[in-house]
Amino acid sequence: MVTHTQPDGSLKWTRRTTGERMVRWFGWLVGVAVFVYAWNTISQATTWFFVWDAPRIAGDIFGRATPPRWSYIDKLWGPIWDTLNIATLGTIISLFLAVPVAFLAARNTTPSKMFIRPIALLIIVSTRSINSLIWALLLIAIIGPGVFAGIVAIAIRSIGFCAKLLYEAIEEINETQVEAITATGGSRWQVMVYGIVPQILPAFAGIAVFRWDINIRESTVLGLVGAGGIGLQLSASLNVLAWPQVTLILLVILVAVVIGEWVSAKVRGAII
Amino acid sequence: MLKLDKLVKTYNTGDQALKSVELEIPQGQVLALIGPSGAGKSTLIRCINRLVEPTSGKVYLDGIELTTLGSGALRRERRRMGMIFQEYALVERLTVMENVLSGRLGYVGFWRSFLRRFPQSDVDNAYRLLDRVGLVHMADKRADELSGGQRQRVGICRALIQDPALLLVDEPTASLDPKTSRQIMRLIVELCSERGLAAIINIHDVALAKMFVQRIVGLESGAIVFDGVPDDLTPDMLTHIYGEEDWEATIEKVEDEEQEAAQ
Amino acid sequence: MTGPTVSELDVLIGNKWKKPSLIKSDWLRWGLTLGALIYLVLAINSVEVSWSRVYEGLDRGAKFVKAFLNPDFTTRATDIREGMIESIIMTIAASVVGIAISIPIGLGAARNIAPLPVYLVCRSIIAVSRALQEIIVAILLVAIFGFGPLAGFLTLSFATIGFLSKLLAEEIESMDKVQAEAVKATGSRWSQWINYGVQPQVIPRLIGLSIYRVDINFRESAILGLVGAGGIGATLNTAFDRYEYDTAAAILLIIIVIVMVLEYLSGVIRARVQ
Repeated sequence: MVTHTQPDGSLKWTRRTTGERMVRWFGWLVGVAVFVYAWNTISQATTWFFVWDAPRIAGDIFGRATPPRWSYIDKLWGPIWDTLNIATLGTIISLFLAVPVAFLAARNTTPSKMFIRPIALLIIVSTRSINSLIWALLLIAIIGPGVFAGIVAIAIRSIGFCAKLLYEAIEEINETQVEAITATGGSRWQVMVYGIVPQILPAFAGIAVFRWDINIRESTVLGLVGAGGIGLQLSASLNVLAWPQVTLILLVILVAVVIGEWVSAKVRGAII
Repeated sequence: MLKLDKLVKTYNTGDQALKSVELEIPQGQVLALIGPSGAGKSTLIRCINRLVEPTSGKVYLDGIELTTLGSGALRRERRRMGMIFQEYALVERLTVMENVLSGRLGYVGFWRSFLRRFPQSDVDNAYRLLDRVGLVHMADKRADELSGGQRQRVGICRALIQDPALLLVDEPTASLDPKTSRQIMRLIVELCSERGLAAIINIHDVALAKMFVQRIVGLESGAIVFDGVPDDLTPDMLTHIYGEEDWEATIEKVEDEEQEAAQ
Repeated sequence: MTGPTVSELDVLIGNKWKKPSLIKSDWLRWGLTLGALIYLVLAINSVEVSWSRVYEGLDRGAKFVKAFLNPDFTTRATDIREGMIESIIMTIAASVVGIAISIPIGLGAARNIAPLPVYLVCRSIIAVSRALQEIIVAILLVAIFGFGPLAGFLTLSFATIGFLSKLLAEEIESMDKVQAEAVKATGSRWSQWINYGVQPQVIPRLIGLSIYRVDINFRESAILGLVGAGGIGATLNTAFDRYEYDTAAAILLIIIVIVMVLEYLSGVIRARVQ
């Protein structure tokens, strides 16, 4: 903030200097220009006739999609079980992989800041930046379609997420507690088990449940690319435009997501 | 039994925390290390068990030179130096018993400690120590359920179960109220004399130091500026260590309190 | 110091010590362990793995790893460039619109500043947006609006609203009451109160979350193409279908690099606003 002396001698208070204000205005200008350009591009790629027609189409789909075909639920129990397994087994595998990565990535536990830490960080960022659907696509191309590809896709995708949160928790631990265990003459691994692990255990449990919740959501759609679970049924129903079935599947997914969130909230509440 | 020879510690930032410290402590002697914060007290005791690596100089524990030991040998020597911390440094999510038993880590193998299968003699010993400090009924409580004074007692048990020859005590009372501070100091000094342990107690509270120990070492800017009995610690000397302050008032007040306590 | 009686210690000496379990009741603990084991066995058994297929796949896997080391940016350069630009454009437009809409909804979903009816409406919008996966929303929107980036843009905007409004509302609900009340005590109007009492407290966090959401939107935009909602996903899907792993690797590498840059930028910006 600055004060200016005005012609009449009084001081005028403004929040920013003139230069700062110019920079800000310029920034806003560029931002608006970029947005307008982006919108224009989207608009050009859009067939506006369909858009004006959208309310009618939406009404049409809604009409066809209701009521849901409740009897179809008999065919969904298997896929629901598969979806649950993809999420749960995928989460378990990813946790086994994420723990060592996190310890290698945390500044205070990594054996080498120069070489190993960057590699661990690279694993974290690359597994995190690629969506599980893409991992599933890739794995299906490699090991064929099915539940197994889904599990591996979820597992790989979750490594980065879990390892990132976990290594941040490791970096935040209280170092004097670690120091105290070191001072007793404990070995490196004993210091780990007594000094570090108890401190990060609550964070670890929280992360595991949190990721499991997310994975329930993600595993419901993996079937769209052929990686098993209820998404397969969704994809099949969409292909034949069986809208009443689609509605039922969406309802099932919604219920699964809500239950997943409820369970994870309960468990987290119990831990913390 | 402990001898520091020209111990120097210079941090990476260039700060010289210790300037060629020479110190010798005989068996069973309890020594208070006083000085303003930043004088290097903490660094000094951490250089002894090498939680901080000294830059140069030597540390002898019963004739064994510590600064050149490899990691295995260093761990064996660390078992003989119990450490007590300012903020207690208990592992808060472990139980009191686990915290005490963690003092035996240097003696048991990894899997035994991982599975919490400590030898029965260690467990018995832990119970005896907890009983000695009046906390045996708390053994299965989690450490973060305890009050400050109780935590520090657990910290003392953890150091003693190591069966050390030397205690390194870093500001044991800094986070405690005055009454608990005295109880803890008394407990430490008593335990040392019971077991014939030598101890270095870092403490910024001069009155407390004078009350409990026979030898006081004053540290100022990383150098020893005083070494003698409490009575030699004159206001002039304190001014030299801590800077200008009305020392008479502090000392008299503490003496009054002592008399009150004695009555 | 009130120590226990000597007999209490005597009872303990010589007894085995066991760490107290997290779950106190033995019955419940064993029940949970057994239940978890049974579930795991059933789950693992129900997963059909054709190991011969996996074994065959190792070869392709190796090819893919090799492709990663030697990605092909040039063969489909035009497709990649157009797809990427579309993804980025969708990300930008959706983030701007999504954030702009999230702010009023976030204010409305904070119980401490919004009246009950507004609160309920805003909370239900958030609940719907969060419960529906981006890809499912995209499928529905493609069915309604036709193929193209408009469906993707709408999907991402909708998802942004659910994410950002919820976190913003939580931030407002947990803000320091005293500061806000101090401003209210000066006799300010509701809008002034929001501007001076609430805004300064939540703005840094809002900026941090917004940047994080831009990052997520970009990553999500990469898959929307799989269902025809525009962006790089379509190109990627084609590359996989044609087993052009080197092109796929190139696309994935670009995504990773952009995400890394975004993460770095968000770190810098968050450090500056706080």
